[in-house]
Amino acid sequence: MLKTFPKGGLHIPDNKLSEESPIKTIPLPKIVQIPIAQHIGTPPEIIVKRRVRVRTGQLIAKATSMISANIHSPVTGMVMKIDNFTDASGYKKPAIVVKVEEDEWVDGVDTDKSLNENIDYSKEEILSKIKDAGIVGLGGATFPSHVKLNVDNYSTKPELLIINGVECEPFLTADHRLMLEKPKELIVGIKIILKVLGIKKAVIGIENNKPDAIDILEKEVKTDPGIEVSALKVKYPQGAEKQLIKAITGKEVPFGKFPIDLGIIVYNVGTVFAIYEAVQKNIPLIKRVVTVTGKSIPDPSNFWVRLGTPVQHLLDMAGGIPEDTGKIINGGPMMGKAVKDFSIPVTKGTSGILLMPQRDSIRGEVQACIRCSKCIDVCPMGLEPYLLMNLTEKVLIDRAKKEDIMMCIECGSCSYICPSNRPLLDYIRLGKAAVKNELNS
Amino acid sequence: MSDSVLYTVGSLSGLGFLSSFLLYLIANKFKVFENPKIDIVEEMLPGANCGGCGLPGCRSLAQLLVESEDISEFYCPVCGNDKMKEIAVLLDKSIPERKPQIAVLLCNGTCDARKPVTTYDGPKSCRISDLSIASDTDCDYGCDGFGDCVAVCAFDAIHIDPETNLPVVDPDKCTGCNACVLECPKDLLELRPKNKRNLKIYVACKNEDKGGIALKACDNACIGCSKCAKICPKDAILMQNFLAYIEADKCTLCRKCVDVCPTGSIIETGFPPKKVKKQESAVVQN
Repeated sequence: MLKTFPKGGLHIPDNKLSEESPIKTIPLPKIVQIPIAQHIGTPPEIIVKRRVRVRTGQLIAKATSMISANIHSPVTGMVMKIDNFTDASGYKKPAIVVKVEEDEWVDGVDTDKSLNENIDYSKEEILSKIKDAGIVGLGGATFPSHVKLNVDNYSTKPELLIINGVECEPFLTADHRLMLEKPKELIVGIKIILKVLGIKKAVIGIENNKPDAIDILEKEVKTDPGIEVSALKVKYPQGAEKQLIKAITGKEVPFGKFPIDLGIIVYNVGTVFAIYEAVQKNIPLIKRVVTVTGKSIPDPSNFWVRLGTPVQHLLDMAGGIPEDTGKIINGGPMMGKAVKDFSIPVTKGTSGILLMPQRDSIRGEVQACIRCSKCIDVCPMGLEPYLLMNLTEKVLIDRAKKEDIMMCIECGSCSYICPSNRPLLDYIRLGKAAVKNELNS
Repeated sequence: MSDSVLYTVGSLSGLGFLSSFLLYLIANKFKVFENPKIDIVEEMLPGANCGGCGLPGCRSLAQLLVESEDISEFYCPVCGNDKMKEIAVLLDKSIPERKPQIAVLLCNGTCDARKPVTTYDGPKSCRISDLSIASDTDCDYGCDGFGDCVAVCAFDAIHIDPETNLPVVDPDKCTGCNACVLECPKDLLELRPKNKRNLKIYVACKNEDKGGIALKACDNACIGCSKCAKICPKDAILMQNFLAYIEADKCTLCRKCVDVCPTGSIIETGFPPKKVKKQESAVVQN
């Protein structure tokens, strides 16, 4: 019996079209647009000016507060503009535009692809390296990693490290390919994190629809008694932090608490690889794996993408935009967000670009709730989505708060399963925003 | 036979009188004194419970009007000055006069002027569309036209114009209760003095982008050229974030700014159509 989380969840058709395609390095785009707000927390301060030449890996925005992350130039070229541009949120936000000339790295970076297994650095050195490299959680939440890794911030001692290789979103294969192609580097990355946390035990959680990744990583960890691979049953949203912890350890993270309160720290495999590169090779976070996929796209693929690359460039590399495209989604089909135009850049939180054909992307007509309670069955947090939607619609925010609307992880299972096409998650998001506003004012 | 009827009637009515007397005693014992004027004032208030006075309902305003000594802070915009004066006379207090206000939409992004660049197919609610996507046009600041303000208006004073897809405020019905101003997620509605004959001049745009970007998104956008600010004789126009704003206190409604605006984002209402005649006569003279 494979492990999974007990409450709610559902099985969505996988559609992992790009599973077999190795991660390719693509030519640099002509222009990159680097948004400043790429992570949770305060945006960093821009330290370059217009008409300045920057090199690949050069610091261009410096973190000023505690919860913030540095941003480095992903290419070599001239800073053309510093202005507001539309990003994935749909709003205009400050960004640095660099005209790409070549790919000349800053000094001190080891661009050699060979594996470096010896961890020669002390805990403090590793932490400062991760901070300098501007690493954030690449699973999608984009929380600055150096804050999460610093044990001194916590009152509870960490005991267990969980590596999230679940990738429960349909279509996306970025983490899967990374596990297949860089298993040795991932193990070194895990050892680095274990060293910083001062613990010995790590579990890699992988869903059972990736048997090849499970095999490869199991072979790699045979020599390390502390690290184990845990195969999990395929169920959405298992990649959510709280669900993954419940599936692997059986412990439940209480509402309002963090995994560290149970002594657990969760990292995505993408983040682990970025930490490996930052510590062993001095490479700052300027690239990530992005899946470009969709049913109608000619060549679904995985790419090593420099941050700031326009989505248009990625789509060109994957064989162009098919004519019947209805929506372009930044992220996976469940939690991703449709974007307004193709010029938006890839940021630290972009795990995939998904093209939906017109016929799949249209929302069905909203009908009355038939009280089938399917949304309650699938909610992984044990909430009542239909009730939360009704309460928000009637602006009964206090009651919605009492019904624990803030526990919602916005996985979208309720909207997916609803036979009446009710926009449950849209209203729950609205309710959450209203509760947050009330707390702030 | 008749005896039993009499006994029943007698005992039951006796019981009734006894309990009514008891209830009377209890009611007197636990009576909460309430100023009878509160009821009278509440009768005089409109009873719409719109929240325009900043209080939850008409009764709480009536209570505060009767109980507080200084009532200059309280004002029911729905009643207007005459009715408020009547209430003040009744209560032997004084209340300052206020200018009547009316809600004004600070967006002129009609369907023709502001072309959609994408299709939004989520729930038809301004607040949700504002959360999930800034706008289906290139202007992040403009009206979405889903009518959250229409739904919240207690006086049926706002309607969506199907041609422009923008809300239109009916000056006769609008009471200036502020409900729509609070509801709009993009802060596009503003209360401005109603003046005589609904004479108003205002900048119907909130786009804070640079001129070029704003104009690309919408033909009627304010591009921040500050021509109006230069021509204004009373310094009533503020320029901020590439956006002009006319201060209603200083504006004397001279209409000079309306003529110089290159994009037509300054709107005048209630004026007779004098401008067109003038231009025609000028052409004839030449």
